[in-house]
Amino acid sequence: MTAQADDELWSAIADPSRRRVLDLLVSNGEVSASWLAGHVPFSRQAVSKHLVVLEQAGLIGRRKQGREVLYEVQADRLDQATRAMADLAAQWDRRLGAIKRLAEAAHAEAKKKGDSHDG
Amino acid sequence: MLVAGLVIEREVLIEAPPEVVWRTITEPDQMSQWFADRVDLVVEPGAHGYMQFGDQGGPVVVETVDPPFRFSFRWNHPREEEPVAGNSMLVEFTLTPEGDERTRLRVAESGHELRAWPDAEKERYAAEHRDGWVEYLDRLARTLAKGQSG
Repeated sequence: MTAQADDELWSAIADPSRRRVLDLLVSNGEVSASWLAGHVPFSRQAVSKHLVVLEQAGLIGRRKQGREVLYEVQADRLDQATRAMADLAAQWDRRLGAIKRLAEAAHAEAKKKGDSHDG
Repeated sequence: MLVAGLVIEREVLIEAPPEVVWRTITEPDQMSQWFADRVDLVVEPGAHGYMQFGDQGGPVVVETVDPPFRFSFRWNHPREEEPVAGNSMLVEFTLTPEGDERTRLRVAESGHELRAWPDAEKERYAAEHRDGWVEYLDRLARTLAKGQSG
């Protein structure tokens, strides 16, 4: 995944309205833009714009069925995003864990010195 | 990796007072033990520094220094540019004392989109994200997997 693609992906998910659309697609499978518009508190036009951004980020795909266009989540891409995000969080967890060990060791050391001064 | 609109929040409870935790997160020789391999940084607001990770590295600019409670810096900005809200990631550490000898340490790493949003939107975003991004994506992935298997 290139940095550019990452950027598009996270920007796509960052918007709460787009996440709403994505949520609906995830729970309902293939649906049309008008179906989506009936289930969100924003306009059909807004839904269309969000779908374009989500599609550009590779998070959803489209398929024509008769006169309708149906949208569906791209599971692979979503999975990739989930893993990348989990990696970033895990990185911070490791860093926080290291900070905890260092700070607690420094504190225990300082206390030991303090105690021997008192005694 | 520049991740627009991203917010990652993690926290840990440490058995040491904030002053001790503060030194661990801000002193370069300590930082090199939990963060980068090499840290060239003066902890003063606006100070420019550099962090080396293996054979990679990048500039860092200190933003907030409020000992022993808040420390933040920006990174992942283009090398020739000054980091601002639009081109960098902000890493914010918040230290909250819990009793005399304990500190809750929170870290948030955020991208730029959040800052450009209207306040109401930001609040909604923050409220939706108490659980964090990983949980949101996990939930999506789980729902998706359930739908596919059923």
